[in-house]
Amino acid sequence: MTATTLFDKLLQSHQIKQFDDGSSLVLIDRVMLHERTGALALANLVADKRSIVEPAAVFCTIDHIADTSPGRPMQTRMPGGEVFIEAMRKQTTDLGLTLFDIDDPRQGIVHVIAPELGIAQPGITLVCPDSHTCTLGGLGALAWGIGSTDCEHALATKTLRVKALKQLRINLSGTQPPWLTAKDIILHLIATHSASRAVGHVIEFCGPVIESMEIEQRLTLCNMGVEMGAFTALIAPDQKTVDYVLGRPYAPANNTNEATQHWLGLATDDGAKFDSEIDMDVSALAPAVTWGTSPEHAVGIDEAIPAPIKANGDSDPTRLAALAYMDVAAGQKLTDLAIDTAYIGSCTNARLSDLRRAALILKNNKVASGVKAICVPGSTQVKTQAEAEGLDQVFMEAGFEWNESGCAMCFYAGGDSFGDQERVISSTNRNFEGRQGPGSKTHLASPETVALSAINGTISDLRLHFSNVG
Amino acid sequence: MKGITRHSGKAVLMLTDNINTDQIIPSREMKSVSKVGLADGLFANLRYLDASTGGRTPDPQFVLNKPTAKGASILIAKSNFGCGSSREHAVWALHEYGFRIIIATSYGSIFFDNCINNGILPIVLDQGTIARLTDAVNADTELVVDLQHCHLSAEHLKIKFNLNEDKRQMLLEGSNAIDLTLKHKQAIDQFLVHDKTARPWVYDLSAANSNNPTTKLHHPTCQESQS
Repeated sequence: MTATTLFDKLLQSHQIKQFDDGSSLVLIDRVMLHERTGALALANLVADKRSIVEPAAVFCTIDHIADTSPGRPMQTRMPGGEVFIEAMRKQTTDLGLTLFDIDDPRQGIVHVIAPELGIAQPGITLVCPDSHTCTLGGLGALAWGIGSTDCEHALATKTLRVKALKQLRINLSGTQPPWLTAKDIILHLIATHSASRAVGHVIEFCGPVIESMEIEQRLTLCNMGVEMGAFTALIAPDQKTVDYVLGRPYAPANNTNEATQHWLGLATDDGAKFDSEIDMDVSALAPAVTWGTSPEHAVGIDEAIPAPIKANGDSDPTRLAALAYMDVAAGQKLTDLAIDTAYIGSCTNARLSDLRRAALILKNNKVASGVKAICVPGSTQVKTQAEAEGLDQVFMEAGFEWNESGCAMCFYAGGDSFGDQERVISSTNRNFEGRQGPGSKTHLASPETVALSAINGTISDLRLHFSNVG
Repeated sequence: MKGITRHSGKAVLMLTDNINTDQIIPSREMKSVSKVGLADGLFANLRYLDASTGGRTPDPQFVLNKPTAKGASILIAKSNFGCGSSREHAVWALHEYGFRIIIATSYGSIFFDNCINNGILPIVLDQGTIARLTDAVNADTELVVDLQHCHLSAEHLKIKFNLNEDKRQMLLEGSNAIDLTLKHKQAIDQFLVHDKTARPWVYDLSAANSNNPTTKLHHPTCQESQS
């Protein structure tokens, strides 16, 4: 028998038809929707007089523009944004779809609640009109982001056409130091191999570092696969995944042995071929922080900002523009930069384990004077559980705002914003120009680095904290 | 959707890498649950000096605001054009503004599919060919794109490009992907019958409820609203 990869197995188990060009008609097991793009997909479906093949397999939430202020109303702070929320409520009611509304204890960022509620499972296909759907590959689900038109297609046919894709294996070896997180690893990978390296590819992360990595970190790693250009990212399900998934509300309650056997059989066979491979030893990596306006503009915290020169020696206009926008200079160290704001949130890094690790840094410390610090838990459940553990007290005593869950200031939609041109250290996934507000200068980092930088008031090297506390 | 067979128009150059969909249309410019009315917000942060406060004062430096760019329908960029957010609004805004052809060395995967679904032809050319093309065109050059024969011409240049045949047909005919897929409805239904036996747990949505004794939900009492 031919040795096959995790992706081959996921594809084959969903492949209804293969076309001459190598593309496939693929069965879609679950669809998730949020108000910003999902409401429109539902509106288009209704306007086109089409119906949903399996409404019970569609799950909706309100996350992108939900008000996240403490004790929030059932609305948004985005001017005019209520039309998206109202449309979502009306359409889900009319179509009989499950909606986790703003006041629902199961509400949260779509890619945080999908694993948390057991909607995302190993071995399934899941799509959502949101680019960070690749997060769910951390459980061994074939999950990817789509546009609203393709979403209508998935709802109306329970299928999608998937083009022929190349496969890239990223093997992570070595020993992960205690300060090094999945966020640092993925930023290093994107910086080394570029934001377009994985265009047209499915990434499979594997190796000893993955085997010992906790599920929530695996989700963080896969979350930023799209920032490397990938169609999606995957990690083979193992016993850790099975233990994580089973028992959750929408996880299988029957046939669990059969399901488990299926999930554990998805791993890539020995000798299976990939189109290309990347090996990275993580042992000596420093915490990573971005300096520019693409996730590929990242460096180890102790490195200087690189000169804006291409490999062939020519000046690089994209990097020159990024330096100017960020008001930094080549040769400068990020640790020299004072920050205005620290932000912990997003589908990348606002799960319970992220908040626990950040709280360890914040405990008995205070945010530097003049720095605004904000924490937005990734879901209402994360928030509730964090409060049960007293993490909210740690954050608030340190001087962080402790908010309700949602996508919040991961992006600027016209409502909440950081001040004009503020420098932000952020646990989010995109440092694009203006992403977090007019002129905002975003430095992406792990939640721990964000927490330590908030205390010091400057972008900080997490390794110093670890050496100080022994 | 209208098909494209042959298109001629003027090109504008945006020669930077990684132009993302946040740049093509900022989130705050997505104001209604609609595909239309988005052209005004196209490239808003680059196009208007006071975009962040909702203003519409053109930035004379921005390429689309130059008099020579008026009426351009072809956009030439570099690598990873349309990366980032999945927002289809980026494609709707480009289309409504008048763009029909984009030329780049690579695209964000979701953006590329969104183009095909909305009658915009995303052409992939290598870096060297794009350089030759941009050297040859000036503000008044008329580019001609022939999707029947997959080539584009400008002045004395004639360049071949490749596009997946099914996607080419979709663009030529302006066909709807859902209708094309529903031609395979019988195969889909048969697959479903088989799959419900092969992977029964995937279809066991009725079992998915908070009565599950081992539930890890922190609020085991909440009511399911599933239909």
